[in-house]
Amino acid sequence: MSDLLGLTAAQQAQLIASGEVSSAEVFEFWRGRAAGDDLGSYLWVAEETPADPGALPPVAVKDLFCVEGVPSSAGSRILEGYLPVYTATSVRNLEEAGAAVLGKTNQDEFAMGSSNENSAFGPVRNPWDPSRVPGGSSGGSAAAVAAGTAPWAIGTDTGGSVRQPASLCGIVGLKPTYGAVSRYGMIAFASSLDQCSPLTRDVTDAALMLRILEGRDPCDSTSLGLPDQIELPSAERLDGLRFGAWGLGEEGLDPGVAAVVRTTLDRIEELGGSVVEIDLPSAGRGISAYYVIAPAEASANLARYDGVRYGHRTEDFQDLLGMYENTRAEGFGEEVKRRIMIGTYALSSGYYEAYYGTAQKVRTKIAQDFAAAFEQVDFVVTPTSPTVAFELGERTADPLAMYLSDYFTVPMPLAGIPAVSIPCGLSEGLPVGFQIAGPAFSEGRILDAAYALERAIGFEGVPVP
Amino acid sequence: MIDRDQVLHVARLARLRLTDEELERMPGELTKILEHVEKMDELDLEGVEPTTHVVDLTNVLREDVPRPCLPRERALAGAPDVADGGFRVPSPGAS
Repeated sequence: MSDLLGLTAAQQAQLIASGEVSSAEVFEFWRGRAAGDDLGSYLWVAEETPADPGALPPVAVKDLFCVEGVPSSAGSRILEGYLPVYTATSVRNLEEAGAAVLGKTNQDEFAMGSSNENSAFGPVRNPWDPSRVPGGSSGGSAAAVAAGTAPWAIGTDTGGSVRQPASLCGIVGLKPTYGAVSRYGMIAFASSLDQCSPLTRDVTDAALMLRILEGRDPCDSTSLGLPDQIELPSAERLDGLRFGAWGLGEEGLDPGVAAVVRTTLDRIEELGGSVVEIDLPSAGRGISAYYVIAPAEASANLARYDGVRYGHRTEDFQDLLGMYENTRAEGFGEEVKRRIMIGTYALSSGYYEAYYGTAQKVRTKIAQDFAAAFEQVDFVVTPTSPTVAFELGERTADPLAMYLSDYFTVPMPLAGIPAVSIPCGLSEGLPVGFQIAGPAFSEGRILDAAYALERAIGFEGVPVP
Repeated sequence: MIDRDQVLHVARLARLRLTDEELERMPGELTKILEHVEKMDELDLEGVEPTTHVVDLTNVLREDVPRPCLPRERALAGAPDVADGGFRVPSPGAS
């Protein structure tokens, strides 16, 4: 059974289909792996194996997805012990396709963070080097897939929360077009940006999972699905495709990361593609706009945690207002409070236009940058993260330094477009991610290009014991 | 530049009680973040339309058909304090 460890989710599905293993055996194998996790990846692991788990291997689910009757806390004390009364559409779609829930994965509280150090339930460690962070906010999902304690996983990407941890852990992370996947049942962070996203061992698994996840959902009126069914990728060459490289001259980019990315650009040319350097003049201000829009939306979304309908309520209060204030003071962690403060300030009387209004205009400029780029090239490519995985504690004292981890991943969700991160090599013995972005609804083409490149790179995952 | 009084005002709007330590720390932290945010002003945004939604969607409608809602006891199951089939909250007080 330990053979399963070396197989992708798609390969395991074939074994189940051919009857070589039963789906219960597959589930049981992964349940054992998840229960043995020592990186802090999981907040909850399924207690038993279902009688017939389904045609696909089980899936690890980021804690912020509501699963009926299963603890779903979004990594926050304020939701500790919360048992949702319904299941997120994305999780239901996976279950209906035959991928049962294996466990709930650790994350930065309410998805706010780039290192997974903001979880109320302790950090996650990087399987490549346990003294380093796995990235965030979907750090538990990324670490679990990389360490072989889950065959595949879902997370959410708001400003890079799936692509960046995928990059730091050496796996594939795909952020779909905004609206491709329903957000119903996802505990909300920034509603105009949040998107459910696969974290997988390879590009084929990402395509397989996106095919299951995407679709219009009457419970989320911003969901559209994708216009065409996602086919499993098969491209071997990149002939005729034009790639625009952005950001290789950025000051904060680690030289080791830049070198691996340049080697990947050479591979694109070896496969028949062409590479030009492009400029996205407004995208460099993405972080500035993001740290208005995301906190502003979060401050509104998190107003619901008031100690009335679910979750934590303080015991220390005199009246209603005091109950609200103390419940929230006790329930929220440092980073969440900081973002609620920024967001509330930015939306407060007299400041709205200067901050939120301006940030929305920057969003338009960034979308225009991408639109202009896609007149000339088929894809925009960048490093996913400016550095490899950093040490635990290295950036916690400086919130702004942490925010800059998202420099290359923030512009895409601001423009609503899809992007994938694939592992492209090692720097200092740690994985480097390569990001490929395309126009809205171009997931099929992105995955095909990523697949051809993945085959040429031949990246080996973390050596699993 | 955000000072301590502004932090207190915003905390009240956000229904957050801050500790003395947080009150010490927040003005500097928030100021630093907002200074970075204000670099948005370096862009020429004259005449640029704000983006309110990234995909072209207007007036998403559905049939107005009644559906069963969550049973009351399930809706109340996670509440910290329940009385007479409803959520119980402390008195709003005199203020």
